[in-house]
Amino acid sequence: MNYFSNKQPLLNDIFSRYPGSPQGKRSALMPLLREVQDAEGYVTEDRLHEIAALCGTTATEVRSVMSFYSTYHTTPTGKYHLQVCATLMCALAGAEELWDELVSELDVQPGEVSSDGRFSVQKVECLGSCGTAPVIQLGDEGFYENVTPKRCRHLLAALRADQKPAPDNTIPVMVNSAGLQVTYSGQAAGAPVEFLRRLTDTDLPAPPPAGSEVKK
Amino acid sequence: MTAPAPPVTPRRPIVSGTDPRFVPTLYAHVGQGGSHTLEYYLRHDGYMGFKRAVAMGPDTVIDEIKKSGLRGRGGAGFATGLKWSFMPLKDGRQHIVLCNADESEPGTFKDRYLMSEDPHQLIEGMLIGGLAMRASLGYIYIRGEYVHAAERLWAAIHEARANGLLGKNILGSGFDFDLQVHRGAGAYICGEETALMNSLEGLRANPRLKPPFPAAAGLYGLPTTINNVETFCAATHIMNYGADWHAGMGTEKSRGMKLFQISGPVKRPGVYELPLGTPLRELVYDWAGGPTEGIKAIIPGGISCQLLKWSDQVLGTPMDYESLAAAGSSLGTAGVTLIPASASIVQTTWNAVRFYGHESCGKCTPCREGISGWMVKMYEKLGRGHGQPGDTQLILDMADNIGGRSFCALADACLGPVLSSIKLFREEYAAAERGELIGAGARRWREV
Repeated sequence: MNYFSNKQPLLNDIFSRYPGSPQGKRSALMPLLREVQDAEGYVTEDRLHEIAALCGTTATEVRSVMSFYSTYHTTPTGKYHLQVCATLMCALAGAEELWDELVSELDVQPGEVSSDGRFSVQKVECLGSCGTAPVIQLGDEGFYENVTPKRCRHLLAALRADQKPAPDNTIPVMVNSAGLQVTYSGQAAGAPVEFLRRLTDTDLPAPPPAGSEVKK
Repeated sequence: MTAPAPPVTPRRPIVSGTDPRFVPTLYAHVGQGGSHTLEYYLRHDGYMGFKRAVAMGPDTVIDEIKKSGLRGRGGAGFATGLKWSFMPLKDGRQHIVLCNADESEPGTFKDRYLMSEDPHQLIEGMLIGGLAMRASLGYIYIRGEYVHAAERLWAAIHEARANGLLGKNILGSGFDFDLQVHRGAGAYICGEETALMNSLEGLRANPRLKPPFPAAAGLYGLPTTINNVETFCAATHIMNYGADWHAGMGTEKSRGMKLFQISGPVKRPGVYELPLGTPLRELVYDWAGGPTEGIKAIIPGGISCQLLKWSDQVLGTPMDYESLAAAGSSLGTAGVTLIPASASIVQTTWNAVRFYGHESCGKCTPCREGISGWMVKMYEKLGRGHGQPGDTQLILDMADNIGGRSFCALADACLGPVLSSIKLFREEYAAAERGELIGAGARRWREV
């Protein structure tokens, strides 16, 4: 059974994002891999062939692209695929110890799936959440941020009960209700955005002098 | 390279976030309820900058961007207006604008919140860029891990399309432009502009040989210009408030506001919008509350920048492109990270080297064998306490054979932390050659 055979609207949506040329068709390769990976947890050989046919290329080419990226998998992953950021900023917040804890607590190594089928783990590079380190990403879903030992225990307990907590989207800094940034000591600084004079489309700079179009 | 200073600057430039005249714009709405919706954006005069750009016309828009002194916020700091002017004028081909939202430099996490909390600001910036560069198609290449931000972007694009802000004849201007989001899948090298284009074309993300430069032959062989998320957002505000406003912040050659990120052992890590030229000390102490433990080194602009030693003098450095270069490092993406005194510099650098080893695309030998192979192995040896006399010298010799010899900048980026850490902390390397590591095994994972 082909994965995409009964998903024509999805295919139309994906292919419509790129030009209709052979080159444009090939651009759909990554989104198609993503669809399969999200639905099945990994990408099998059959799916590689299916995607290759859709994109007008060969399975070898698809495999070559797929192997380049770290978020596609050729082996099954658990229901909850936990990716731990191990890059410097998270390491400075204890990511290595967090990783050791996960591996021993879940009794699973990278590339394996825990015996109950729930968990797999992967050490990944920077997830772009350095202000809220350490961080775990769940599969192709949200981040769990500021994962302290206590929060880690809660996360695992919730996942074992198949009660996936809502991901964090901690926004580290924002302006206060008056539109001002606040220093650490609590002092409001600067001015709010309303302070600036917004220019309008009648408020234009003088046109460039004649002959300035030649820019190189 | 950058735009000339405005003819008359009646007031002294703004070089501190605590200056009463400084106004955050990029992050003015980040974190406010509903800030990602079109309704909120329009309520706050959204898309007025684009309307002004339409009234100005493409050439004047490029001149305004030049005059503003805006430089690329992705790390390289190339003058944005000049870059936009490289696009061919009337060549009959379709032009493309790309947004680099790969944000994979460790220590960098500013674009993520711009996209998830204020996506219309980016769409408007790309509309302005598209108008100025006569483009009719735009792609936002967002790193795969930013699932939430990608969802918010898609939703914002659908809203914009439904309201005539994307598509044909936008707001009756006669300008056609459509925008798409392409998600990456976890590869640092996709932040390199030509690797990003290969990735978008469904190829392995190896960088391409330049020339041809993207403005001549980029995505699908068409004239393409690529800018960072923050650069496009800054363009929106330059249209909103004028080039003179933007040029009134920062130092002579580094103008405007910048999103600074700070991470590591500091009381309040996060993203702070400050004018360029703000002293490092102000960011670390006034905004982030100061370190939570003793610090020995600082990375000023993402992991590829040279380390700086923690000192009064370094803390006094104004954070702009020139001052940080003069201090021996670079502004990069302005992702500041503090390295605690309790951490081993050798192990810290090992972490950075391992990152580059993992992210090397494998295209060229100096990087594949030099970084992913030898450099990682040498640091593993030192970092695990198996160092031997001469190891540091061997690393330096290897660096000599890697630096400037690789196909793209990734290998040189790796040498930033390697060479600077050896230069500044030679004694720790000497100790590591005897198998001694400072602070090794210290527990860092704790309850807050």
